[in-house]
Amino acid sequence: MSTSIPSKIAGAGTGTPIIKIRDFDFAYGDSQALFNINMDINEKEVTAFIGPSGCGKSTFLRCFNRMNDLIEIARIKSGAIKISEVNIYDKEVDVIELRKHVGMVFQKSNPFPKSIYDNIAYGLRIQGVKKKSILDEVVERCLRSAALWDEVKDRLSESALGMSGGQQQRLCIARALAVRPKILLMDEPCSALDPIATAKVEELIHELKKDYTIVIVTHNMQQAARVSDRTAFFYLGKLIEYGQTDQIFMNPRDPQTEAYISGRFG
Amino acid sequence: MDSLKPQNIFSKRRSTQGTLEATISGALRLATYLVIISAGYIFLNISINGSKAVFTTEAPFINVEFLTQKPQTLHVFEPKVIDTELKSIKAAVVKLEANSRNLGSGEIVAADEIEQQIETLEEQIKTLDIERKAGRLMYGDDAYRALAEEPNIEHYVYSNYAYSGGGIGPAIVGTCLLVVGSISIALTLGILCAIFLSEYSTPGRTLQLIRLSVLNLSGVPSIVFGLFGFGMFVLFFGWGVSLIAGCFTLAIMALPVIIAASEESMRAIPKGFREGSLALGASKWTSVRTNVLPYALPGILTSSIMGVARVAGETAPIMFTAAFALRDQLPWQGLEKPTDFFFQGVMALPYHIYVVSAKIPQNEYTRNMQYGAAFVFLLIVGFFALSSIILRIKIRKKYKW
Repeated sequence: MSTSIPSKIAGAGTGTPIIKIRDFDFAYGDSQALFNINMDINEKEVTAFIGPSGCGKSTFLRCFNRMNDLIEIARIKSGAIKISEVNIYDKEVDVIELRKHVGMVFQKSNPFPKSIYDNIAYGLRIQGVKKKSILDEVVERCLRSAALWDEVKDRLSESALGMSGGQQQRLCIARALAVRPKILLMDEPCSALDPIATAKVEELIHELKKDYTIVIVTHNMQQAARVSDRTAFFYLGKLIEYGQTDQIFMNPRDPQTEAYISGRFG
Repeated sequence: MDSLKPQNIFSKRRSTQGTLEATISGALRLATYLVIISAGYIFLNISINGSKAVFTTEAPFINVEFLTQKPQTLHVFEPKVIDTELKSIKAAVVKLEANSRNLGSGEIVAADEIEQQIETLEEQIKTLDIERKAGRLMYGDDAYRALAEEPNIEHYVYSNYAYSGGGIGPAIVGTCLLVVGSISIALTLGILCAIFLSEYSTPGRTLQLIRLSVLNLSGVPSIVFGLFGFGMFVLFFGWGVSLIAGCFTLAIMALPVIIAASEESMRAIPKGFREGSLALGASKWTSVRTNVLPYALPGILTSSIMGVARVAGETAPIMFTAAFALRDQLPWQGLEKPTDFFFQGVMALPYHIYVVSAKIPQNEYTRNMQYGAAFVFLLIVGFFALSSIILRIKIRKKYKW
């Protein structure tokens, strides 16, 4: 019903928008993956993207830090994504600076096969930070904010691959925090984790919300309901509905959203 | 069906399928055994015959002279009396054999008689041979020139054999230099090329074409590489027959293997490592340098060293570009200026093996040198292969995922 008004920008005027997406069309080669998306994502809130597999939510998320640049055939057909009022697809934008600003946590936890310490320090080391005291301080800060410090403080020099799956994923979050991003993108961060590890990551997301803007893609609707402030439902590359999480789950306006949330498809 | 045994539904039945299965597995087994036997025979033959030249019965049990000296002509003096006697007996044997061939098929008694005679003569040959070996004098070039007076020609029969005295020192040194040089050139070029192909290039038809042509390069006969190196490095660049020309020729020959293997190892690195570091704000090169190369290195090094070790055994590429049949000096001797080191020809084991087996007669005096050189070369190649494996295990332990 509400989506029948085409020019309306979803989520506008509900908070302080940090990411603004305008008329965004995205394609892999000839097949268009995202159609005319308009939305605002608010600062220091958790925004969840839900939708069935292949609906383009991960693709959309990867547009925010231009990870799609790695795919040769991927291209923006039209529109813009503005982060803090800068169009990130502008020619003047340095992708490296953008990615420092917009961190990312992947679906499959991907700690580097180095020590826990080296994993966290990696982001700073590649920027040329060599001073041990700075690195020490950052490693501790990041591990503390990822609620990992007490678990690993005695084995910082051990390989990160010796950690459990949940710890590895939290390590990846801590690693992303080391470069002090403003926005944190999470691409199904809990899909490979057991319920306890998932609960820990979700708790962490709650904590991080105070300092970071978080966009999370998830398959798990309960998770979206638990962690997010606002939820966007995607279907077949289109943004179907976007609103307060409570409203989306309790009182969806669009029949497709309702069908998906009540489990009739997807 | 003639079987009267009670059959259950799973009991074995004769079938063409079963026979075929048994035949095939038998054939596979046979083929494998054949390969193992021939490989074993080759290695054993070379090791047994070659160890005679390399090892000695007295301490330090290793023939240091053979490994360090330059090749020399072997001068042999055999006692004349024994020599003439041997020759006459051998002539008699030949004569008797001819006689026995001329006999008709019926004359069994006569044939037996001749055979008896031949046997006694051969006994004599054996005893005389031992005397000859005890009485003969052998000198290398140096020792021969140092002699105060030559053994009396009246009492001795003189003969000489090129390359059969001394050792293979310069060839060992030359081969090691060629291998080390070509490894450094091939690794540098190969890894750079593989990084580009696997990390930077755009996948598509062009890349496929490049990859295919690089792979096909490994099918080019080694003599063609040799001639290319001769034309390119020796003549066109004017390097002459030199160490550096040989290194480059060998390196180019090893490149296809190295590029293919390095690219393979790099593509085997999970995409997550690259994405992870890129998402942290690493540039492409930083990401490759810190998160692809270190993990791909074990694979790259192993296959590269193996590739170079294989290529180092080729004779054809160095025949025209680097190898001298004989060079008195070791590569670091008698240099006018330091750069001359790279622009001098060297001796190399593969070429030396070729020379000693093709250019000099095969007999008891030359045999040691021929097998010894082959054995030492086998050891060197084995050493390189082994070191690459050890290197891999060591690096692999450091990075595991």
